[in-house]
Amino acid sequence: MSKHVVLVEDETNIAEAIRFLLGRDGWRVETLANGGNAAEVIRAARPDLVMLDVMLPGKTGFEILAELRSDESLADLPVLMLTARGQSRDREMAIQAGVSRFMTKPFSNEEMLSAVRELTQGRVS
Amino acid sequence: MPEARLFLERRSYRRRRMMDAVRILPLLCTLLWLVVPLMWPNGSEGSAQTALSTVIWYLFVVWMLAIMASFALWRRIRRSDTAGDEPAETSGI
Amino acid sequence: MVTLNQLIGVCLVYVAGLFLVAFLAERAALRGKGNWLLRSPLVYTLSLSIYCTAWTFYGAVGYAARSGLEYVTIYLGPSLVMIGWWWVLRRLVRIGRAQRVTSVADLISARYGKSNLLAVMVTAMAVVGVTPYIALQLQSVTLSVSIFATQDAGLGNTPQINENAAFWVAAGLALFTVLFGTRNLNANERHHGVVIAVAVEAVVKLVALLAVGAFVVWGVAGGVAETVARIDASPIGTWQTSGGRWTALIVVSAAAFVCLPRMFQVMVVENDDERHLQIASWAFPLYLMAISLFVVPIAVIGLELMPAGANPDLYVLTVPLSQGQNGLAMLAFLGGFSSATSMVIVATLALSTMMSNHIVMPLWLKLSQTGAQQSGDVRGVVIRARRLSILLIITLGYLYYRASGGSGALAAIGLISFGGVAQFLPALLGGIFWRGSTRTGAIAGLSIGFVIWMFTMLLPSFGPDGALPASVFEQGVFGLGILRPQALFGITGLDPTVHAVWWSLSLNALLFFVVSIFSFPSPLERLQGAQFVNVFDHSSGAARGWVASEGGVEDLMIMSQRILGGAEAQAFFAAQAVGQGRTQGPPLPTPEFVQALERELAASVGAATANAMIGQIIGGQAISVEDLMAVADESAQILEYSGRLEAKSLELTQTAQELSQANEKLTQLSLQKDDFLSQISHELRTPMTSIRSFSEILRDMEGLSEVEKTRYASIIHSETIRLTRLLDDLLDLSVLESGQGSLNAQRISLHDVIDRAVTTAQASSARILDIRRTVGDEEVMLRTDGDRLAQVFINLVTNAIKYCDAEQAVLDIAVRQDDNEVVIDFTDNGSGIPDDAHNLVFEKFARLNSEQGSGAGLGLAICREIITRLEGEISYVPYPKGARFEVRLSCLASVENA
Repeated sequence: MSKHVVLVEDETNIAEAIRFLLGRDGWRVETLANGGNAAEVIRAARPDLVMLDVMLPGKTGFEILAELRSDESLADLPVLMLTARGQSRDREMAIQAGVSRFMTKPFSNEEMLSAVRELTQGRVS
Repeated sequence: MPEARLFLERRSYRRRRMMDAVRILPLLCTLLWLVVPLMWPNGSEGSAQTALSTVIWYLFVVWMLAIMASFALWRRIRRSDTAGDEPAETSGI
Repeated sequence: MVTLNQLIGVCLVYVAGLFLVAFLAERAALRGKGNWLLRSPLVYTLSLSIYCTAWTFYGAVGYAARSGLEYVTIYLGPSLVMIGWWWVLRRLVRIGRAQRVTSVADLISARYGKSNLLAVMVTAMAVVGVTPYIALQLQSVTLSVSIFATQDAGLGNTPQINENAAFWVAAGLALFTVLFGTRNLNANERHHGVVIAVAVEAVVKLVALLAVGAFVVWGVAGGVAETVARIDASPIGTWQTSGGRWTALIVVSAAAFVCLPRMFQVMVVENDDERHLQIASWAFPLYLMAISLFVVPIAVIGLELMPAGANPDLYVLTVPLSQGQNGLAMLAFLGGFSSATSMVIVATLALSTMMSNHIVMPLWLKLSQTGAQQSGDVRGVVIRARRLSILLIITLGYLYYRASGGSGALAAIGLISFGGVAQFLPALLGGIFWRGSTRTGAIAGLSIGFVIWMFTMLLPSFGPDGALPASVFEQGVFGLGILRPQALFGITGLDPTVHAVWWSLSLNALLFFVVSIFSFPSPLERLQGAQFVNVFDHSSGAARGWVASEGGVEDLMIMSQRILGGAEAQAFFAAQAVGQGRTQGPPLPTPEFVQALERELAASVGAATANAMIGQIIGGQAISVEDLMAVADESAQILEYSGRLEAKSLELTQTAQELSQANEKLTQLSLQKDDFLSQISHELRTPMTSIRSFSEILRDMEGLSEVEKTRYASIIHSETIRLTRLLDDLLDLSVLESGQGSLNAQRISLHDVIDRAVTTAQASSARILDIRRTVGDEEVMLRTDGDRLAQVFINLVTNAIKYCDAEQAVLDIAVRQDDNEVVIDFTDNGSGIPDDAHNLVFEKFARLNSEQGSGAGLGLAICREIITRLEGEISYVPYPKGARFEVRLSCLASVENA
């Protein structure tokens, strides 16, 4: 079974880059451009990893994260948050909401891939 | 420069003593004008009499000395004002 | 032989000369010239010599002839005060300047919480107290004229001339004072012309007395030694003065020197430079010494030469006349005339200021509710009030002269005046040295002192059965032995003057003290008390430097504009910047600059307010409750009347509210700025993320297909364009918002602009949009910037192309004319903008649906800025089937429908 990641990102070009990078690393990438139904999709899909943008149409990344963390079965699901709003306030909010890793855009590909690997180490066969 | 500073300190010290003198001068004058004449015999009750010219000399000499003292103090204070680096500040001393 | 007509002629020429001097001085002062003289310590010292009146000139000799050396107390008292300038006068002058005091009544009332009651009391007491003094001047001039008249017309008809002369002298003095003192109304109550005339008269009287003295000593007696011998041989040749009188007279003359309204006028109100006081501290005693030097010789020689019945008060005139020295006698007459006129002018001026400020104006304001708004009117009223006061005061002096029979010795009359004004002393000294003194205490002290003075000094001066029946002198009021005017409390045997001075001043001071410690002052009194007693801490504001940060300058500017007015504030700041050698930008907040600004503001709102406001902005010091009270106090000072005080405090509250609103707005702006920066960061980072990611892919990944390479390169390319566009937009917006960038207004056709916009928008988009127009309506000529307008239209059309979600997208562009406005509607058939976002569409970064992330959300914000600058309006109108943007323009070209 291949590794499964749900990517919630409204910027199509960024989504394409991530999909390409993770695809080469053996991931199956499911992309959502809208935050509205992201939590349900994730709950249903039970992915190995979730990557979340913050500024999304529908719901913000923080809201989605809060929903995920409120579900006990998803409490320890690794969530990597990506945001272009690089303020320390956002980082603090994210950590309080229970994010696993917080990254500021733009990121280097290597940085992003190693973060993904670290977060999923031991979880993915 | 420590010397210049010492000089200035000295001057402001001198100035303060001058101001002390300015304050004391009227008290001295009061003593000489107001109190001393009370001790002169004025001819009442048969006491000895003082010649008017003596009294005039006394009063006017004190007057002159007071004016000269006041003038000298003004000169001293003005000089320390104009020679100093700082503008005159007559208050708060 | 000097005839009466010659005498009058000389007087008139002399007065005309004085007038000329005063006129020239006033004109020079107006032009800011001649300060070296007008504001010199010499003139200041000479002006103090109005202390030496006709009493000094004629009366002192008479006094010496009657009582020996006692006359000298009248000069020793003031000499002591001057030599002791540091203790009292320095403080008075500083307070007078700091509080912009206009008279002794003003000072006392200001000290005790701006009590108008106290001001009225002091004014009334001063008028009553000075009346005998003015009578004395009338009497002396009349007497001196009568000397010449008797010589002229022979003995026998003196009384007739006497009475007429007194009236004409009074009338002449009144006219003289009105002309001198009230030609114009000076805001700060300074009269340069009068002061210079007084200084000239001071020289004349000194020279005259010295000349007579020198003549007597060297011309008659035959030298100093001779004179001394004659003095000791004369009836007054021994020291006879009682200790009680000696002390009492020195004390009362020192007190009067400080309290006399005219002395206060020249010493405090007309003072230009505090340093002059110290020069006067030796120069004025010198003047006094010189003027009293020959008094005893003249008296002694007069006693020798003149017949027993001759009035010793006139020895200064009669001795030279008896020796045939007509020229010298004429000079002496002019000296006496100078003494009398200068005293009357300054005294009546000072009193009339008090009367008009404290009695007439409050009454007038109360009676005419509307008049106060017209400033010109008020000035007229003030001048009229002063003239009437002058006439009233001189009339009172004349009446006193007539009532007292014009027979009293000059010195006795002068002492009555001194005793009266000396009653101000406890309230005055208590006010400037003791914070605990209260208004009630001052009123109590002044009242008792004044009543005792009236009863023991003024009323008895009219003689038994004059103002008081003889029985009162003998048995006291209601037959009570302890209430005899010259033996209060049954203590008899005291000299009447010592008796009166002792009881009035001591009971005055006692009551002042006792009532003060048992009464509680109002807040304003306490504040004023602190300001008066600590005047050297308070008014040395110049020593306190402000340290401002550079950022504070803008706030200072905002505040200054509010207070000074925009243009004035900008001019002031620009001048300051130039002064600092800065070619552009605001001035640096140096302490000098802030100080200058504070002074500038103080001219408008008063020193305390300006200080508090600057302190608040710069934050150099915390505002204490005391400072705030100082603000309230100062506004009181500006307004003078309590009714306006309320208006002012309301205004202050409003200003404070406005300031806090401005502060809130600034805080909001700062937050918005943070948000804006954070959003810009987001908008810049987003395309950069794709660019970085794909460029790394292209660089690092092996085995990419050509198709992939091309695709990724083109993504990088398009994201770069997006980034550029974002930067362009930001730049555009900032130029528009800051109001820079010129508009290029031209006569253009609306049709052409829409054509251009539609073509451009469609060319850059693949999506087909059906645009419907009515060409006929578009034939409108506008005078506006066509490129900017086209930019707005392109944006609106592009938005429709991008966001209209109808299957068959249609954009309807309709033009209609509404009064003088052209309205252009852009209506599409999409689903429109959600209700809750209507307010947001024109905000920066307000992208509604970020799926299509090609715009940064600045387009409509830019559109709004442009249209605003084109003096039009753009708005979103909810439309049943779609979105409608409405652009209103009022820039129709003058020839329409061309």
